[in-house]
Order: sequence, then structure tokens, then C-alpha cells
Amino acid sequence: MRSRMRVISDLYRHDPRCRFALSVIFIVVIFALLSLVSPYDPGSSYYAPPSLPPSREHPFGTNSRGQDIFWLMTFAVRNSLTFGILTAFLSRIIAIFVGLTSGYKGGIVDRIMMVINDSFVVLPVLPILILINFIMRGQMGLMELAMIMALFGWAWDARLIRSQVLSLKEREFTFTSVFSGTNTARILLSEHLPFVTPIVLSTTINNLLWAIGMEVTLAVLGLSNIGIPTIGTTIYWANQHQALISGVWWWLAAPVAISVLLFIALYLLVVGLGTYLDPRTRIQRMKGALSDERA
Amino acid sequence: MPRSFLSYIAQRAVQCVLVILIGITITFFIPRLSPTDPVETAVNQAVMVGQFSHPDAVREMKEALIRLYGLDGTLLQQYVRFWKGLLAGDLGPSLSSFPKPVMTLIRGSLPWTAGLLLTTAVISWTLGNLLGSLAGYYKNQRWASIVGIIAMALHPIPYYIMAFVLVVLLAYVVPIFPIGGAIDIGLKPAFSLVYLSSLLRHAILPSLSLLLVGVGGWFLGMRTLVTNVIAEDYVTYAKYAGVRDRVIMYQYVMRNALLPQITGLAMQLGLIFNGALITEYVFSYPGLGYLAYNAIFAGDYSLIMGVAVFSIVGVSIAVLLIDLAYPLFDPRVKYQ
Repeated sequence: MRSRMRVISDLYRHDPRCRFALSVIFIVVIFALLSLVSPYDPGSSYYAPPSLPPSREHPFGTNSRGQDIFWLMTFAVRNSLTFGILTAFLSRIIAIFVGLTSGYKGGIVDRIMMVINDSFVVLPVLPILILINFIMRGQMGLMELAMIMALFGWAWDARLIRSQVLSLKEREFTFTSVFSGTNTARILLSEHLPFVTPIVLSTTINNLLWAIGMEVTLAVLGLSNIGIPTIGTTIYWANQHQALISGVWWWLAAPVAISVLLFIALYLLVVGLGTYLDPRTRIQRMKGALSDERA
Repeated sequence: MPRSFLSYIAQRAVQCVLVILIGITITFFIPRLSPTDPVETAVNQAVMVGQFSHPDAVREMKEALIRLYGLDGTLLQQYVRFWKGLLAGDLGPSLSSFPKPVMTLIRGSLPWTAGLLLTTAVISWTLGNLLGSLAGYYKNQRWASIVGIIAMALHPIPYYIMAFVLVVLLAYVVPIFPIGGAIDIGLKPAFSLVYLSSLLRHAILPSLSLLLVGVGGWFLGMRTLVTNVIAEDYVTYAKYAGVRDRVIMYQYVMRNALLPQITGLAMQLGLIFNGALITEYVFSYPGLGYLAYNAIFAGDYSLIMGVAVFSIVGVSIAVLLIDLAYPLFDPRVKYQ
């Protein structure tokens, strides 16, 4: 746990991109947590005068349904984040399983798994998701949607994990465990998994990005559960009420601005994490730290 | 022809067939395993609108829809029939524009999607890789880091948000470009200046939104690849041997760094295709994405099914074509 905190503080100190990313993510998470103390229920409407521009009383203005956009967005961001994390977590289970087994087993198992894997990489997911959501329209909550998305979002990451395991299994310690009679599941979970944790972490953030973006896409098409406030459904309702034509631009500006910030921050975190974990830059950094100590 | 080349082609072709097989099987099972029945939904909708009220009429409609959607018979019979229809290029009639076949509607929108996707994919891939290799090769230059920052800010933005922001800024706030559509209303297709300029003017915003996201991604990928390649021994050797800078750049570094990017294009085509679909919806561009949106709106199940099936087949074949072009760039596949 301490070493993990150390990683975060390292990232924060050494990389300006990560400093920006971590700060934005921190603010967004605080913003989402504010929903817990919201004075308004996200389901109720017309508690405030409709279509007010941003003011001290309503920092993001109010929408045409008489809702305070600031407090509505706290729920929307919380739901979108929860949804993204849920999807990323569920698809990780598949990605880790496929990546570890395929890489370790090799041979025919690997070949079959990778052919299926590559098919899922190439498959255009959006039309399939549109079909699923069209048929089950309105009957799916975010949990169900997350489960379906997870089924389509693992393939790319499984490939990355596999490529790491391919090199791990040629290492000394793997042979030692095999010869001392450790069973395969145990080798994979307690010997190999810790090594692939960094790449799992960065693919998780990537997957989170993908999931939140896909939710926005499905929501604006009117295909997700439009009763639940998310970043996507906020945009959907604003479009439904023709916010731009009636001049209520702040209704759209809030979700668009927050999502753009969140996306850039998460992406920069992935990039920063990648640089941090890359052995080449790591050596440079260690050299830098050494010379710091000498000086 | 050498053996390894043939086995490469065979392997790719098998992969392509498998993608289609898996994708189509998934789309086949979705409506059959889902707790909601598309027939029931359509019937309820019709009853609610008040089209059918007599119980006999409702039952007849139900039976007609079951036949129409191919939901009669055992699962195996349905599956076989589904494939037979597909191979014959028959996706059934569309419900919202009955009795027009789904295939006709798709054929009408396909050129728009293909045109948009093809031009933007080619331009963004070329431009991104070119800029990326230059930025990787001259990484201490000021412009390289500025372009890098812009690419990093643009690349992670989802296609929908990017398209939406562009339409607001450049069609609404500053109305330079048309808000949507593919040509001016009432204009007949002709090989004339008026028609072509209208076509171009309408295509600029959708293309731009796809390009901004796309170029950023290829740029960042290529920059990393190039910085890795120039650290290789053979590049250092070429430098000491006095090979000209330009030759090193294009023939030693770029050529090698380009290979993963070609595979990348094949791998990401599905994602890019998703982007094109959603961009079409934002700009009311009359391609497959817009067709799908209208189908959602009209509750046209068979049309959505058709778009999904067609997308899977189309993307898989496009990926196969890229894979087949790969040996042109990588001689190792041919001579190994």
C-alpha cells in the first residue's frame, strides 16, 4: 500500500502531465462526491426557475426542466464514473483470464484463444451495441449495460497482457515454481499477475475512457436508460429540449466541458503511467535521482 | 510464390471468416436470447398507435412479423435460414419503409459512409504518421512538442463530443459550414461545379471531426515508434557510415516504424468505423450511421439488424484487404 502511494507521489512530482491529470481527476471525484450532499433529488424537476444562465445561486445555471445543472451534474458524473469503473473492472476479469492463460499455455490453446481475441478486436462494436440496446431499450440499468459492454471491451487488453506473460514464462522463477510442483493457476495468479499489474492498471484506465465515451454515444442516440442522470443522458435531454436553439447553451456546455476535461486527464494519466513504467525512462529517472542525492 | 506468403494469406483469410462468423452469430443470438421480444414490442407499438385493435388482426400481424424476422422454426433452422439469406444478400424488407428491402436502403447509404471513412482514414493515417515520424526524429524542436501537446489534447476526446463541438462552433456560432446533410436540398447529382462544391462543403465538418481525433492517435503512436527505432544500432551505424539524414529518416527509420502502424490500422478499423457512424448522426450525413439512427427512431428492427450485419461483414473485409497489403511493406513475409 505504501509503495502504491509512493508511485502516485512519484508520478505527481516527476511528470507535469500527471500533475495536471491527477489534479483534474481529484477535482472531478470530489465533484461527483458532492452528489451525496445535494440539496435536490436528481429525479425531481421544476424546483428552480427554468433556463436561468449561470449565477451565484446556480453556478452552472438551470435547465429548461427547472433543474439546477450543477447539482444534476454531480449525479451525472458520479453515475458515469461508476459505470465506467464497473465496466473496466468486469472486462478486466476476462482480459486477465484470457491474457494469462493464453500466454502461459501457448501452443494450440494460445492459437485458438488469440484467433477469437483478434476477432473481438476487429469487430465493430457500436452497431452490435445499438442492436442490443434497441431490443432491450429502457429495461437496462447501468449495471446491465456495464455487463454487456464488458463482454466486448476486453480483447485488446488481453493481447497486451499475453505478450507480457510470454516473456515471463521463460524466466527462471517460472521454471523453479513448475519444478517444485506449483499448479498452473497458482503460478499465474501469485507469480505472474503481480508482474502484469502495471499494464492491467493502464489498460483499466483506457477501458474506463472507452466505456464512458460509449455510454455518451448510446445515450445521445436515446438508447440507454434516459431516466438515470449520466453525462450522456444530460446531453440527450439538452438535445431533446433543443437547448442550443432556445439559447440555453450552458445546459450543454457543462457536460461537454466536464467530459472533455475528464477524458484528457485520464488519457494523460495513461501516458504518464506508460512513461513511468517504461524501463528505459525508468533508468534515466533513477540516474537523475542518484545525481540528486550526490549533489 | 513462396510458401510463407501463401500461408500468411491463408491465415488472414481464416481470421476474416472467423470474425464474420463470430459477429454474425452474436447478432443472431441477441434478439433470441434477450428477455424482450422484438415482435411483441412492434405489436404493442402498433396497438398503442391504434393501428390494430381486433384480436384476429393482432394475431395475424404477430405471425407475419415472426415470419418476417425469421423467428419461426427451431433455433437451428432459423440459424441456417439466417445464413442462407445473408449469402444471397437478402436481409428482408424494412419495416419503416415497407416493402423496400433492407439491402436497398443499405446500398443507398453505403457510398456516403465508405467515402467518408475511406478519405478520412487514409488522410489521417498518412498525415499522422508523417508528422509523427518527423516529430519523433526531430524531437528537440519546438514545433514537435507543440504539435505533441495538441495531439494529446485532441486524441482522447470521443468522436461524438468532437463532432458536436465542431457543429456548435463552425455551423452555429460562426456559421461557415452547413449544419448537416450531404448536399444542398434539391440539388441533383451531376458532374458539375455546383454539385461538387456543395458536396465538398457538406463533407468538410464531418471529415474534420474524424481527422482531428484520428491524426492525433496516429501521430502519438508513430512518434513513440520512431523514438524507439532511432535508438537501434543500425541507425547509429548508418549515421557513422555517413548516410544522408533524409535517407536515414525515410528508408531506415520510417519504413521500419510504419509496419506496426499498418497492423494498427487493421486492428482499429472497427473503432474508426464506430466513429464514422456517430459522426454521421451528428451531421445528418446520409450514411449507415444516420440510417441506423432513423431505424432506432422508427423502431425498425430489421433495418438495425441489417446495418449491424452489414457493418460486421464490411469491416472484416476491409481489414482483410489491409492485411493483404501488408507484405508490400514488409518483405520478410514474402521471403522468409
